[in-house]
Amino acid sequence: MNNNNNKFEPKILGIFCNWCTYLAADLAGVSRMDYPANIRIVRTMCSGRVDPQFIFWGFKNGADGILIGGCHPGDCHYIEGNYKTLRRYLLLKRVLKEIGINEKRLRLEWISASEGEKLQRVVREFTEEIRSLGPITEDRAFKLNLIEHKK
Amino acid sequence: MAEKSKVAFYWCASCGGCEEAMVDLAEDILQVVEKAEFVLWPVAMDFKREDVENLKDEEILVTFINGAVRTSEQEEMVRLLRKKSKILIAFGACAYTGGVPGLANCYSREEILNFYYKSGDTVFNPEDKKPTPHFIEGNFAFEIPEFYGRVYAVDQVVDVDYYIPGCAPTRKVVKNAIDALFSSQLPQKGSILGASSKSLCNECPLNETKPEKIYVKKFKRVDKTQPEPDKCLLIQGYPCLGPVTRGGCEALCVKANYPCTGCFGPLDDVKDYGAKAVSFLASIIDSNDEKEIEKIIDEGLSNPLAIVYRYSLPKSLIFDTKIKKNGG
Repeated sequence: MNNNNNKFEPKILGIFCNWCTYLAADLAGVSRMDYPANIRIVRTMCSGRVDPQFIFWGFKNGADGILIGGCHPGDCHYIEGNYKTLRRYLLLKRVLKEIGINEKRLRLEWISASEGEKLQRVVREFTEEIRSLGPITEDRAFKLNLIEHKK
Repeated sequence: MAEKSKVAFYWCASCGGCEEAMVDLAEDILQVVEKAEFVLWPVAMDFKREDVENLKDEEILVTFINGAVRTSEQEEMVRLLRKKSKILIAFGACAYTGGVPGLANCYSREEILNFYYKSGDTVFNPEDKKPTPHFIEGNFAFEIPEFYGRVYAVDQVVDVDYYIPGCAPTRKVVKNAIDALFSSQLPQKGSILGASSKSLCNECPLNETKPEKIYVKKFKRVDKTQPEPDKCLLIQGYPCLGPVTRGGCEALCVKANYPCTGCFGPLDDVKDYGAKAVSFLASIIDSNDEKEIEKIIDEGLSNPLAIVYRYSLPKSLIFDTKIKKNGG
């Protein structure tokens, strides 16, 4: 997987909210700001719609990193959806760590519709970070349960 | 009377509580015995593996399997029973979703063997012996089952027709399930027998005291504080998983002042119980400040994996894979 010429290209899943981060990605696009093509973006109406099941599903199906993008605190189109995201994200990170997945593979960022540059910076940073972490199959959970589960 | 149907009851990695649940049927078990003839029930009757091997394929009407699959012997037995049975039922939380033994999936086989045969505080093992599948002692060669690197729910090993949830399944659930099985119309394959399709809160006697919105500033633990009776455990701050758990147990734990730990597993259409529990527990935290949320989590839910995945880690989305046949 992802192993052309021994260079690891991470697959990153972006789950962006319709009102802020998705528009920021749009802005980055029309402003011709380039950012790594490793990210595949999915749009949800609110970052509060991001069920932890989506995150596990993503990791199971080969995402090396997952970036959730939402509106800044106080700016949520649905008033408090992003606060729920924040709470879930903080608890989920702890669960991921215990399961044996590097919690740095999950990241939450508040990016408003006008912050195309922030989106560019975050995606660049995150891609580099995941690149340094290596493929998700290197993580303990995958090694224990999916790769070496039977000798 | 027509010929009795053959029934088998087998245990894998389990504590024996599910066997107890069967015996708990008390006089109702007579109805079962009236309709069924046991061909295998290691805990109660003396049958051998050969007895099952000598049966024709699909000769057993129903096989109940409790416990998760952890060793090669368990895998072989489950496969054998699948071949010989018309209907195979995963009985209890371990067979259904992996159960408490499934939490061992966070550790490698080496770590587990090391702890139990070497580094554990109460271990005395000067010769440093560890179980190995084949070994020779004097003139004898021994074979013991292989200890797999992870725990599997039964449906990750063979095709399962129905599930009976619970740790252990309650008397009423077992009775409902058996009634459904011996009725003329069998439920749809893959369904959960005996339990409710609504969440536990729906049948909880404390549901009346549950407000529309729940906010928790501090999570409590039952081993540190005593819950007030007759008041929803969630509003008191105990992480009760009733809202995300299938009902059917009649809120036994809650009636005993103990928060639900989720042994009846997920509701319909939920693929990952733990993820749903994370979602629910996190959303009732009463704070919008990152530092404060972290503090509430770290103080009250210090071991979140064991809270949300107590019975279902092997069936969590990340770990949900079928066993690879004949070695990985």
